[in-house]
Amino acid sequence: MLKTEVPQDKELFGDQREVCYAVDENGRYVLAESSGWEPANVANSQAWDVIRSEVEAVLAKIRAGELSPLAYYMARNQMDAKLLAGYAGLFCWQVRRHLKPGPFRSLKPSQVARYATIFKTTPEEITRIPDVFEISDVQS
Amino acid sequence: MNPAFPHRQTAHCESGVIANLLTYHGLPLSEAMAFGIGGGLFFGYLPFIRINGLPLTTFRTTPGGIFNRVTKRLGIGVTSSTFKDQSRAMAELDLLLRMGIPVGMQTGVYWLPYFPPALRFHFNAHNLIAYGKEGDNYLISDPVIGEPVVCAAADLVRARFAQGALAPKGKMYCITAVPKNIDLAPAIREGIREVCRVMVSVPFPLIGTWGIRYLANQVERWPARLGEKRAILYLGNLIRMQEEIGTGGAGFRFIFAAFLQESAAVLGNSNFLEMSQRMTGIGDVWREFALAGARHCKGRAEQSGDFTDLARILRRCAELENGFFRELSSLVRKP
Repeated sequence: MLKTEVPQDKELFGDQREVCYAVDENGRYVLAESSGWEPANVANSQAWDVIRSEVEAVLAKIRAGELSPLAYYMARNQMDAKLLAGYAGLFCWQVRRHLKPGPFRSLKPSQVARYATIFKTTPEEITRIPDVFEISDVQS
Repeated sequence: MNPAFPHRQTAHCESGVIANLLTYHGLPLSEAMAFGIGGGLFFGYLPFIRINGLPLTTFRTTPGGIFNRVTKRLGIGVTSSTFKDQSRAMAELDLLLRMGIPVGMQTGVYWLPYFPPALRFHFNAHNLIAYGKEGDNYLISDPVIGEPVVCAAADLVRARFAQGALAPKGKMYCITAVPKNIDLAPAIREGIREVCRVMVSVPFPLIGTWGIRYLANQVERWPARLGEKRAILYLGNLIRMQEEIGTGGAGFRFIFAAFLQESAAVLGNSNFLEMSQRMTGIGDVWREFALAGARHCKGRAEQSGDFTDLARILRRCAELENGFFRELSSLVRKP
């Protein structure tokens, strides 16, 4: 890749840049700043599309009363039950149980607070069914 | 308490951290050099390891491998420790920083507040350096970020104790001794020998150039086996592994070419210059693959035979790299 060909397709890094290796006019390797490359942007936004559709599917199930609000926070933080169990210091089956609306409602306040801390939110928020969801919420 | 740290932005986090740490300790080393001596280049297609349900493709060696091999090959003293207790992990970090020693750490990227939001996934093999503390904030030199940044203690704890695959467990390391008069040449040869070995001489079908060929065969079958939608997910994941932040372009092929160019000067052998140019050409073919693949992900590809075309590009990479590494290994063969 020539230095003059280093792509500048801004998307992923915001105002930040990454550096990549390119060849200058004398054939020497230099570090060149790049604001991104279209194929990498496409692949990345595809990964976010998957996350978004997962969160939307979970939200629909929460509204249908099949899942507890915890499932929403888990999905938007790109976690599965196993990963969340790691953060919560619980067994996987315990987290799976808390994903059901009934058991989640009867959780002790201290356990709800623990989940809230993991997701950087409050116990009130985490027990409420979220009404709107934007992918930008996830990416912030 | 707050020493000036020579922050340089680099393409890859692990080679960047070690290059910056060694430069601080009086051994100026480029990232490419660290990457090459550490034998960083690799290829592996490991479908039995799933990340978010997608098969793992890697263009680099195991996390921590570059660091271990660079320090071993250059005879550099290091200490490294992991922790069970979070407050102890932070206390030990503070202690070292008070003594003015910059500390490297393995972290997850998901909880790092300064990281570009679009890149925040649960990836746990990131590396960064803390070089000072102001109040409750740490001064961080993150090699993939342009400028030194500040990170609150609460966020750093989260990042150091991220959970999941490759959990860092608070891992931190620092350099204790750098020998005088280091001769890079033997370390360079050893690094190259190792990369050649894993790329062409390991008789295992999923790694090295064999792995690239295997991947090509798989890519060709993806649409029939997985259906068009899932095949495109697999393809997008592959492109991300190759091009997303930290690879320096073309799945580390350009960093390696830069390393070969630098090595030509150290070893006084112009053959490596020519090899560097060839590696650049191979990197360009990988970029071609990413470009064609992304076009397909966007749905711009018309004919259904497209995955066959992608496989053809991969086979060309395999063939080129096979010839390349065989020749390269003859240049560094032990006398």
